[in-house]
This record gives sequence, C-alpha cells and structure tokens, in this order.
Amino acid sequence: MADEKDRTAVAPAPKAKVSWLDKIAPGVRKMVSRHTGFAGNLWIKDPNSGEMVYRPDLEQSLWVTPSGGHMRIGPAQRFAYTFDDGAFERLPAPETPDDPLQFTDDKPYRERLAAARKAAGDKDVMSIAVGKIGGIETVVLVQNFGFMGGSLGTAAGEGFIAAAEAAAARKAPMVVFTAAGGARMQEGALSLMQMARTTLAIQTLKQAHLPYIVVLTDPTTGGVTASYAMLGDVHLAEPGALIGFAGRRVIEQTIRQTLPPDFQRSEFLLDKGMVDKVVARKDLPGVLAAILRVLTAGRTRAA
Amino acid sequence: MTDQRHYLDFERPVADLETRIEELSAPLAAAADAEASGVELQALRNAAHDIRARLYRRLDPWQKTQVARHPERPHFTDYAAGLIEDFVELRGDRKFADDQAIVGGLGRFRGQGVVVMGHEKGDDTNSRLTHNFGMARPEGYRKAVRLMDLAEQFGLPVLSFVDTAGAYPGMDAEERGQSEAIARSTERGLTLKAPFVATITGEGGSGGAIALAAANKVLILEHSIYSVISPEGCASILWRDSARAKDAAEAMKITAQDLLKLKIVDRIVPEPAGGAHSDPQAAVKAVGDAIEEELQALMTLSPDELLRQRAERFYAIGRARSGAL
Repeated sequence: MADEKDRTAVAPAPKAKVSWLDKIAPGVRKMVSRHTGFAGNLWIKDPNSGEMVYRPDLEQSLWVTPSGGHMRIGPAQRFAYTFDDGAFERLPAPETPDDPLQFTDDKPYRERLAAARKAAGDKDVMSIAVGKIGGIETVVLVQNFGFMGGSLGTAAGEGFIAAAEAAAARKAPMVVFTAAGGARMQEGALSLMQMARTTLAIQTLKQAHLPYIVVLTDPTTGGVTASYAMLGDVHLAEPGALIGFAGRRVIEQTIRQTLPPDFQRSEFLLDKGMVDKVVARKDLPGVLAAILRVLTAGRTRAA
Repeated sequence: MTDQRHYLDFERPVADLETRIEELSAPLAAAADAEASGVELQALRNAAHDIRARLYRRLDPWQKTQVARHPERPHFTDYAAGLIEDFVELRGDRKFADDQAIVGGLGRFRGQGVVVMGHEKGDDTNSRLTHNFGMARPEGYRKAVRLMDLAEQFGLPVLSFVDTAGAYPGMDAEERGQSEAIARSTERGLTLKAPFVATITGEGGSGGAIALAAANKVLILEHSIYSVISPEGCASILWRDSARAKDAAEAMKITAQDLLKLKIVDRIVPEPAGGAHSDPQAAVKAVGDAIEEELQALMTLSPDELLRQRAERFYAIGRARSGAL
C-alpha cells in the first residue's frame, strides 16, 4: 500500500542545486517537502529548546535543530536518510486482526485506530523496507512514535517478526529504529506477549549469525525497551533520546524525589553501559555501514 | 483460620456472617445442649461457606484483581514449602547483588530434581520490605537467568511462580539496566533447552511477569490476573483517572478465563471455593497436581522439541483462529 508513495520518493533529486543532503541522500528533500510542504507553518517550534526554526532549514538538517535537538521523524524520512542514495523497497507488514479485545475507554479502540491510520497514512506503527547501507543489503524496521505513541501491539509484533523473517530469508542484517511509549494497552496481555514474540524472532537472526542492530530514538520506553530494544548485537542511540523502562513520573512517585534532567537520556545509558554509541542523525548511515561491514564479514557469517 | 482475617470489600456480607457465627460459637459450646448447638453451628458455617463459594463463582475482573493481590494468598514461599523437598535456596546474580523480590533454588518436585524460582511478595511488614513487595530489580531477573542457565547445564526442568505487581520502578533499577535484565530473562526462558512450566499464582504484572513466564506451559490460578499494565495504571493513562481501574480491569481482559480463550495461558488451576487464601494448602496441592501433569508431558520432549513447542506456542498467540473473545 505504501509502495507507490515511496517509489516516487526514490526519484533522483533535481540536479540544479546539489547540497550535501542531496549528495548523501538524494530525494530526501523532495520527499520531506512533499509531505510537509503546505503554506503556513514555515516556522516550527523546537519542542525542547522552544526556539523557532525555519522549516526548510530543518529539512536540510534531517530534522535536527540548530541546538542539536533530534526531532522525531517518521518512517519515510528515516528510510530516506538511512539507505544508500535514499533508495529502498518497502516490504508489506502482515495483516492482523483489529481490536482483538473489543476495547473501549473514552472512545472505542477501533475509532482511535482509524484516526491514527488516517493521520499517519500507515496501517500501524511498524514500517519495513529493504535497501543497501554502505553497500550491504539490510532490512530496516522503523517504529513510528507518531502513530499512537509507537505502541507495541499485535500488528507491531507481527511487523517485527516479518522484518526478521525477511532479513533471514535474504541473509541480510536487520536494523530497527525503536520509538514507543510502551505496550498498546488497548490490546491488553496480547501486547505483553509481543515482548516474547519479538524476542523469538531475534533468535532466528542470531541462529543465522545475522547482525541485529538497534538504534534507540526518542522516546523508547516500557515493554519495547524491555524486549527487542535491549537485545541488539549493537545498541546505538540518537542524542538526547529518552530511553528507559519505567516512566519518569512513576519513578519520582516511587522514590519521592526529583530525577536529574539527564536521567534516562541516551548519554546516561551510554555512561551506564547499555548503549554502545550515541550517534548524530547525519552520522548514522556511516556508523551503521561501518558496523555492518565488519559483522557481516566474520567467519560465522550467514552462508 | 487466622484470628484476624483480611476481608475484601465485596466479601462484606459473608464477612459479617462469619464474624457473627464465631461470636456465637463460644457461648453455644458452653450451653447445656452443647451437642445440638454444635450441629446448628456447623450448619451455619456450611451456609456461610456456600455463600462465599457462590460469591467467588461470579467475581468480576476487578474483584479478581483484589483476590489476586490478597495478602493471605499463598506466595512463593508457600509453594516451595508445600511442593519442593530439600529446597536449597541459591542467591545472588553473581554480578551485583541478591534481589529477594525473586527467590529461587534447587529441590525435588515429586521426586524430580528441578530448578524453582518465583516472585515473593512477603507476608508481613518486615518480609515485604525484604522482598520489596515482589517488585524485582535487575539483579532479580539476572538471578533468574543464572538459575535457568543452571537448569540447562544439568538438564533440569524449571518451575516458576509468577506473582508481581511489576518490575520495580526505581532510579537504581533503571541505572543498572532494568529493561535489559527483563529482556534477557524473557530471552533465556524462550531459548531454554529444558522443560519450563510457569504458574501465575497471583498478579502477573507486565514485563516483570513475562520475564519469568516465557515457558512451554503457562498455568494460572482461577482468580489470578495477567496483564500488560495494572488496571490502575491503565485507567490513569487512558481515562486519566486511576479510580476507573474497575473499567480498565474489565476492558483489558486480564482474568484467567479470558486469557485461556486468548491462548495466552494454557490451563486454569481451580481454586478452593472461597479463593486460594481460604485454603492455602489445598490451593498449593492443586497447583502441584497441575504442574506434575504438564511436566510429565514435557519430559518426553527432546531439547529441540521443547524449543519448537515453546516458539510455536508464543507465535500462535493472537494469530488467526487462535481465539478471539
């Protein structure tokens, strides 16, 4: 379903003005501006620093603000920024039943899902694509925080499993960009089960000696962190991303004290030994390529 | 059984009745026709028991949540005492500390050498503090991994008992990698080349529960719950009002009966008529009998077959025809 949209996104950038962005990821600017290029809203407020940033500048800088804030981005931008030449092919996410529990809070879950789908143009939080990173064919899975907080439910779990299976079938590494508030409460214990199901899928990659790389993006918390986000062969994180198990407010209520501002940020996890490297968005493709090049060349590489 | 029973709100009618009966029992026993009054007293007790049983047959999800958290419900220590001979507790994660929120060790279950582990909530103020109310830190999950490694090394089955509100949401736990510890424990369960039976004996709270329940067979007591978040937590997020916990408990389908339909659990262990806390010994025995049956079947499988069965079990959850409500 998203296939056509992305094929147009892969079209080469106009030759006229070749910026650094066009060199590393042609098509990005066009695609991003197509998604967001409507009149008004030329200035965007950085949610962290409060500064107003000129939208075309943000697009140029991969949605990183002048002060270094890494703004949240969706799968289309992520794929374009990650794959060589911004070229990739979307893989379908499996069909899953909607609303298995017939859940209703203030609003029926079905209505929330429908609204999220309309807003995001995707069926659920997981988008899968295959393409090359540093010349190495790689399956990339992007979790979209913009879709119901990236929450992990049945569809997300199946998306993860499908991505791992696609990687195994192609004997390709898998890279996942995580972003989620946690499990999708509207699917109850079925969401909880995704922690185990995604962990099983990772074993398929491990047995095949295929690299499984996690890139933690803002925010990654709850059951997502406590499963596939912490089981990578290598853990990278974007600067300043919130990463943790329990939410900040819950912890503050438990220990009855205020947490330091850097608590549960990427740099904190680096310091505590849970993340290998904090990498700026523009450097991610290069770092991923360097890691994949070595890991796919070991003596136990997939035959 | 105990003098000061802990009554839940919904037990109020039967609680009043039981209290009145006990108040009557002393004067009646001393009365002239003690034998006749004894018969009458027994009839009253039976009547109260029937009322309690009827009450427990139609508990709603929120009432079940309260039963699952009942302070007199049998805990890990009771299961270990009632089911495991020669229990030797093994302590520590060999990395940082011993976390008593998860207790484990070696022993013999009905003649079979096993590794056992489970959350322990404690049963008085001191022991609750010692066990941190059953809310584990990373060291607890790392101890669980160590115990599962040991089981695999010596070809022993693993029995786990799940009873936790969730992993401890503390600063120290986060600093030492709570998420990673939970993820590794879940992973270890899924990759274990030994039979693994998990029983949810009380509260199966979120990631802290699945870390000890990535098993070949997952059993659950009749009035236990298993959920992705506590009803209070869900209510405060979705309804922005934790007082709506009752609604959240219903909406999330957290009861043993719903979970069996969803194939998230494999078997319900019936509880004594008034709940496991009304007759802990009987509850512990029923759990033991159910585990024994499941374990016997699993013992016939090879390590590879165990891995395959476990993977298929979890992959099947939520897929077509695996049961909708």
